[in-house]
This record gives sequence, C-alpha cells and structure tokens, in this order.
Amino acid sequence: MSRLNQALVALGALCLIALYFLPMWKITLEAPQYPKGNELAIMIHVNDVRGARKNDLQNLNGLNHYIGMKKIEPDSIPELQYMPVIVAGMIVLGLVAAISRKRWLVLAWLVVIIAVGALGMYDFYLWEYDYGHDLDPRAAIKIEGMAYQPPLIGSQQLLNFTAHSFPAIGFYFIILGWLLGAWAWWSSRKNGATS
Amino acid sequence: MKRTTLWSAVAIVAVAGFIFASCSTDGGSPALGGSDAASQVYVAPGEKDLFYNFVSGGFSGQMSVYGLPSGRLFRVIPVFSQDPEKGWGYSEETKPMLMTSHGFIPWDDAHHPEMSMTDGVPDGRYVFINGNNTPRVARIDLRDFRTHEILELPNSSGNHSSPFTTYNSEYIVAGTRFSIPVPNEDISIDEYKAKFKGTLSFVKMDKQSGRLSLAWQLLMPGFDYDLAHAGKGASQDWMFFSCYNTEQAQSVKEINASQNDKDFIVAINWKACEEAAARGAGTVVDARYAHNTWSDKTHSATHTMESKVRVLTPADLQGAMFYMPTPKSPHGVDVDPTGEYIVGGGKLATVIPVMSFSKMQKAIASKAFEREIDGIPVLKYDACLAGEVKNPGLGPLHTEFDGKGNAYTSMFVSSEITKWSLKDFKVIDKAPTYYSIGHLCIPGGDSKAPWGKYVIAYNKITKDRYLPTGPELTQSAQIFDITGEKMKLLADFPTIGEPHYAQAVPAELIAENSLKLYPIEENEHPYVTKSPKAAKVERKGNDVHIYMTAMRSHFTPDNIEGVKAGDNVYFHVTNLEQDWDVPHGFAVLGARNAELLIMPGETSTLLWQPEQPGVYSFYCTDFCSALHQEMQGYVRVSARSSSTALKWNQD
Repeated sequence: MSRLNQALVALGALCLIALYFLPMWKITLEAPQYPKGNELAIMIHVNDVRGARKNDLQNLNGLNHYIGMKKIEPDSIPELQYMPVIVAGMIVLGLVAAISRKRWLVLAWLVVIIAVGALGMYDFYLWEYDYGHDLDPRAAIKIEGMAYQPPLIGSQQLLNFTAHSFPAIGFYFIILGWLLGAWAWWSSRKNGATS
Repeated sequence: MKRTTLWSAVAIVAVAGFIFASCSTDGGSPALGGSDAASQVYVAPGEKDLFYNFVSGGFSGQMSVYGLPSGRLFRVIPVFSQDPEKGWGYSEETKPMLMTSHGFIPWDDAHHPEMSMTDGVPDGRYVFINGNNTPRVARIDLRDFRTHEILELPNSSGNHSSPFTTYNSEYIVAGTRFSIPVPNEDISIDEYKAKFKGTLSFVKMDKQSGRLSLAWQLLMPGFDYDLAHAGKGASQDWMFFSCYNTEQAQSVKEINASQNDKDFIVAINWKACEEAAARGAGTVVDARYAHNTWSDKTHSATHTMESKVRVLTPADLQGAMFYMPTPKSPHGVDVDPTGEYIVGGGKLATVIPVMSFSKMQKAIASKAFEREIDGIPVLKYDACLAGEVKNPGLGPLHTEFDGKGNAYTSMFVSSEITKWSLKDFKVIDKAPTYYSIGHLCIPGGDSKAPWGKYVIAYNKITKDRYLPTGPELTQSAQIFDITGEKMKLLADFPTIGEPHYAQAVPAELIAENSLKLYPIEENEHPYVTKSPKAAKVERKGNDVHIYMTAMRSHFTPDNIEGVKAGDNVYFHVTNLEQDWDVPHGFAVLGARNAELLIMPGETSTLLWQPEQPGVYSFYCTDFCSALHQEMQGYVRVSARSSSTALKWNQD
C-alpha cells in the first residue's frame, strides 16, 4: 500500500470526525402554517436530536401532543449516548488500518462502516416506527388506522404536514470517508492479483 | 303621439345611449384593475410592501402602521389611549404607562410620528409621537412595535410642535401650542399678555438605550408654538419652530390671532443652548411630570415622577435665538434636504415663503434686525427670504421633499398638493386631494435623503369618496406616484382616527430587526411561570395571585377554588409558546377592565374582582389552535365567610 493510499485511508477515517459537529439526518415538516422559510425541522446528530432553529423541537413536540405522540427527548434516547463511542471506534479502526497498511484491515473497516450504517438506519426506522405508532390512546386527534411514522428517506404527507426525511451533511462525510478508503483499497491491489 | 309611445321612445333612446356610452370606453377599462395605477399599488397575495408607513391616529391617541404602496393596515400600536383589544392601559403591567401628574389618563390626541435619525436619515430604531392634550412624548421601539417610554412635559399645554428630532436624535423637541402661566397659577386669563409664556422643551435621547430625559425648557414669549423641524447639513445645529398668535390674544383667536400680517419662524441654535445649559445657565425649577418606561424583560412599565427641570430664558441665550417674520399664521415649518431652505406654511398666506439659511446667517452677522421681542432679535423678512412661491393655491400647511430638487406643499383650503421647484420657486404641478389635505408624507421626506417615490396625502374629510357610514365618516390617505413630472393619483385608503403627520421608510430598514417572540428564558417578570409544573395559587390577605401558564391548548391551572367574593384576583398569565405568531388571549367573566393578549414568552396580569359567589369561566380569546375552544377553565368564588380552601390543578 503506497504512502498516498495510506494517507487516503487515514483521511477517510478522519472524515468521521465531522459527525461530532454536523448532523447526519434532517427531518423537515411543512404545513400551511409552517411554510418554506418557516418550516419546522429536526437535525439528528450522532449525539443529539435538536431543532434546526432554536425552538423547533419544542414546537414540534407541542404540536405532536395533539396526536398523542411521545415527546422527542434526546436525554431518553440511549443511542445518543453510545453512538459517539461507536463512531470513535470506527475512526480508530480506520487509523489502525492506515498505520498497519494492511489491505484486509482496510476492507474490514469498509465493511464495518456499511454494517454499522445499516444497523443505524434500521434503528432509526424502529424509532420512527415507535414514535409514529405508539400513540397516547387519550390523544385529542385520533384517526382510525392512521400512523404518523415519517419516511425513512423521502417525503410523505402526514395529515396537514408534509414530512421530508433526507441525509444531512454529516452523512455525506461518511460516504466521502468510505469512498476514500475504498479507493485506496482498490488502487493498492497487486497487479494481476485479486486479493 | 300617444303617451305610452312617447315613454317607449324615451326608454329606447336611454338604452341606446347607455350602450353607446359603454362602447365608447376605448378598450382599457379601469374597473377591472387593468389600469396602470392599479398595478402600481397592487401587492400580490403573499408579496410584501416596499415601505412601512407610520401614521398618527390623531384623536384615537394611537399610531397605525400601513404598507406602501398597497395602503394595507398592518397594525395599530396603542400609545396614549387604552386599547382593550391588547389590554393596553388595562393590564396591571401597562397601566403605569398612562400615568401623568394628573393621574391615570386613558386618552390623548397623537399628531406627529417622527423617526429616530442617524446622520440626518431615518435609522429604523424608534418612532416618536406626541400627545397633544396632556403634553407628552412617546418612544415606540420598532423591534416589537410597542410603546417603550412616555415622558410628560411640564409647563406646557397642547404639545403640538413635537416630537421633531435633531440629525442624530440627540434631542426631540416639544413646543407648547397654548401659552400658560409658568409656573401655572390661579390668575385671570386677562393677564395673558403680561404673564403667559410659551415653553419649548428639548428632550435628550440616550443614543445607546433610547431613554429620554427632559434636558431643558426655553421660556419664550407667550405665542402659540405650532410646528417644528430640525435643520440639516449647514443648518443642522438649528431647530426651527413656527409660531402664530403673535398678537397674544387669549380669546376668539380665529379673529384676534389673525390680525398680524406676519408671524414668526423662530430659529434656535440648539448646540448653543446645550452649551449654555452645560455651563449651568438658567435656573433649575420645581416641576412635577411623569416618566414612564417599559421593559421587555419584565414585560412591565415603571412609572416615576420627576421633580426638576432647567429653564433657560432668552437672556441666557444671546445670539442663539432669532425670529424670522413669516406670513401669515404659519403652520408647518419644513427644511429641505440640503438644509438651506426653510419653508413656512402660512396657512392664511397667498404665497409660500422660502427662507434661506445662508441669508439668515448673513442677516444675523450684519444685525439686520427690525426690532426685539423679549430680547429676541426679529430679523428683517427680506434679509432672510430666498423667494416666494406665487399662486401655490390656498391654505399652505406642510411641505415635504423628494430629494430631486422638488417640494410638495399641502393646500388645505384649495384641497390639493402643489409641487414646486427649489431652484426657481415656480409651481410645476398641482394635484387635487379628496378632501382638505392636512399633512403629507414622502418616505424620508423630511430627512437629508428622501426616497422620493411616492407622496401620500392625509385628508381631513372624505364626504362622497367611500360608501357612506352615517354622519361619522372615515378620514383617508391618498398615494401619488411622484417619479414623473406630474403627480399621479394611484389609490385612496381609509385611516384610523384622524391622520396628521406620518413617516415612511423602506421596509428592510425595519423588517429585518422585527422580533418574532420574547425568549422565555429572558422573562424577568416577578410573577412569571416558566413551566406548567410551577403553576400555583397564593393568597396574601385579600389578594389572590394565580401563576398561570398558557400553551396550546390549555391553561394551567384551569380549575381554581378558594377565591372569595371581594378578593383581588390577579391572573398572571405566561404564554409559554416559543413559536412565531401564537399569542394567547385571556378573558374572565365579569372582569371590569378588558382582556389580555399575551405574546409568546410574555407575562401579563389581569385584575379580577368578583363580588358574587358562584362558578365563573375564563377562556382563551385568540383562536390559537384546533382545540382553542377547549382552552378554558373555571374559578369557584365562595362567600367571604366560607372556609373553602385554596385548590388548583396541574397538568
């Protein structure tokens, strides 16, 4: 593995540091009373769920009480406690792979990122399902058969709100890091060799 | 011809005439908004106006906010008059704002909005307005469009020449329209000439906080001081006041105060006054006047009484004050953007006199005085005169400027706006107004740098202009396009109260700083309740304090027991919302004051004094949410002698 490829793997690993500063995912909610420019949005960070603007989360929780949805309280989401540790682990693994210059370690790192990412998305889906379905039976607004689960990715109409769920800038840093590592891994293969 | 045939013929001719008349309109029917004028004031749904227009409410005591060019009314800001809709002057927090040396005053007559200025141009921070009847000036903060300060003026009566500001709003002025005994005392009105004086007050504004204080008062001859405007550029250290009744009549003034051929514009070097006051000139005398301030942290007003004022006389201010003769009973006094021309609106004059600041300076230097009044030199008219606008119309009152070398003067009697040139003082154009224009306004039109796109006329009467509404009709504004040689009427719109002066500025100067809510964490109200869990009820003797929260769509608490007939019940309601445009209202059955209208993050208090035992309801008056109708509660009132314990619920 060349010095360049080694550096690319290290850089790829360091890309994940962005997750401590930038949101991974954004859910935007638009309604007639919350038009573009004044929409509500929550940002999902590796260690926090917060409003895009100062009062967005509080206002969203306030509105959600009409349909009996639980309040989104970052302190009660355990993933936000251990996700930062997992990300740290992935950074360390990437750096170890870079220092060792072992291709199989780089490959392992790439696989771990995909595996953790897939698990993360599944977990995200479960939370969305829980918020969307576990509704207070005494809620003021009850509509037979209606759930309020936002889409995993994409847009969907939920009563008066249109929910948009899309990756945010932190997510693109993961992809960038992964691609850097993948490029290094691919380009450092021996001529004619397959391993 | 038989009678029926004749009538048939008449009918046919009439119908044919109607058809021909209809066909003769050459295509461009204005009725459907196809005309050019309509498109110039049409602000499409969801689009925003170009200018804010702050219009005095006159005898409503308030100030209204319109958008230009549409003429749409956005808001009425309560200032000097109680406003039950907003709880202004009814809630415990706002009552102190309307306190004066005469006690609580629920009304006034508000005439002249004037914006704070930086370097001679409106800066969008504050708008000031005068209270004419019980002399006061108010400062409205344009971050939240609320009255933040009201300062009473002692030794004044009819605060009309107010609140015009100097080029950096160092001072706002307040001249008395009625001269009175100073200090006021029980003497015969027949002693007017000997004993009555006029005061011109200079109110200092603290640049940082905006806070006002009465710096000094000038004790002037007993004339009627009518309007004012500050100089700019070369004349920026000067303030000009118009005055009439130099006859010093005290009765039947419409005749007795209209005898002199010329009255005056008094030019005052306020910098020289400031220096004299700093030197300790004049005397500090006893005076009682109210000073009320608003805090957007405690969401409450504080009323204090001041006790002293410095009074300067002409003798203290040699060389700082001059009278310029002005025909005839001048009303407006307006200074052009360069500061060179001072235009008098001699309401009974047949010309518009234009004074020259540079000629005035020469006249002062060469002592071109015709006489002295109480030690104040009277300059020679011709020595100061730049020119007269001939045949301008009848009843000139006020002049505004477009920044392109033109002046626009309102003509009350001939009901028109006259556009004239500052180069040769010749009339360029006249446009009728409907009817009897008083003030007029060009955005920034009294500043160094007008935005000369529109002139707006503020009319005293409307007669046949709108659908009739019984004997009492609306007053109106009319907006004209002034970008061309000729003024072009674009639209009429009704106003609140009687519009006097107005100010307009580009929207971006204000919109960007407009608050959306009050941060709840900054709420320092002594009775704030920052969470429903903190809601409670406390009794202190006969006073019951209810710490209540409002949040879509419930009050906490919403069931209260243990109140007794004859108690003073204080509902301290905190709106916990932190979302834009979600006010809550609060009303309780039998309240003898008004409702509360509480903005997000604000705490307001309503005093309720139930007299009969029973169960009373309260509710949210502002349709806040889908379950607004459910936002209600009950208070149980027991007999004075009962032992019902205090009890309330929480979420």
